[in-house]
Amino acid sequence: MRVELLYWEGCPSHPAALADLREAMSALALDPSAISVREITTLPDAQRERFVGSPTIRIDGADVQPPAGEPYGLTCRIYERRNGRVSPTPDPADLRAALVAADERR
Amino acid sequence: MPAIGDHAPTFALPDTEGVLHEPGGASATVVVFTCNHCPYALAWHQRILDVAHDYGERGVQVLAINPNDAERYPRDSLEEMRARVKRGELADVPYLQDESQDVAGAYGAKTTPDVFLLDAQGVLRYRGAPDADHDDPAQNASFLRGALDAVLSGGEPAPAETPSIGCSIKWKP
Repeated sequence: MRVELLYWEGCPSHPAALADLREAMSALALDPSAISVREITTLPDAQRERFVGSPTIRIDGADVQPPAGEPYGLTCRIYERRNGRVSPTPDPADLRAALVAADERR
Repeated sequence: MPAIGDHAPTFALPDTEGVLHEPGGASATVVVFTCNHCPYALAWHQRILDVAHDYGERGVQVLAINPNDAERYPRDSLEEMRARVKRGELADVPYLQDESQDVAGAYGAKTTPDVFLLDAQGVLRYRGAPDADHDDPAQNASFLRGALDAVLSGGEPAPAETPSIGCSIKWKP
């Protein structure tokens, strides 16, 4: 399973997102050290990586909360939690669900 | 950039209908730099509106200012600001555009949100985050409310300054 976390340093949310992702992987007996963490530093990088904001988490290439037409760029990303609240990080339940779904596809 | 105890910069900025607003003439003024596209600003937004509602009867003025470069971040355009106002998302809080970014620069604003509390004389009395956790509505803008309570009762906010947390302001190149 290929797990990627892409971030932009200008947004302070990636440490929390990485911690949530590591916790979700550990809970599913997956190796959190396998997470590929990559920094996006320029707009051309963002365009090349289809980066719509920080953090972006992909599992086997699939975004954990696929963006709806957001432009590529260096910004914080808006996630919607399962309780309906806006958050800078994905809902941990969505992370677990995405990991489980990717595992089942294998 | 004003320090706590300094007179804050004055300004006059237009709201989404072009009406100019300036700080002052109030028992206290909350200047909050915010925007449309930042999850931190959005997460704290309702708590700021609740402060405006709860302290309005005590003569407190709240001004929301969007300082971001709308050319590179179109979700922060005047049209998008106007749409939020029309949807009622700002309630009675004026939503001002700092197109030149001069006001954000003069205040030394760093993030959205970034909160500045001025007393009736225009002196900066608190600066920082609304509360300790964007993800916990129960925090209820406790830093800002505590600072307001102190200023309105003639006391000193404690803390007077907290770290600003949120998305970096999107400065023009």
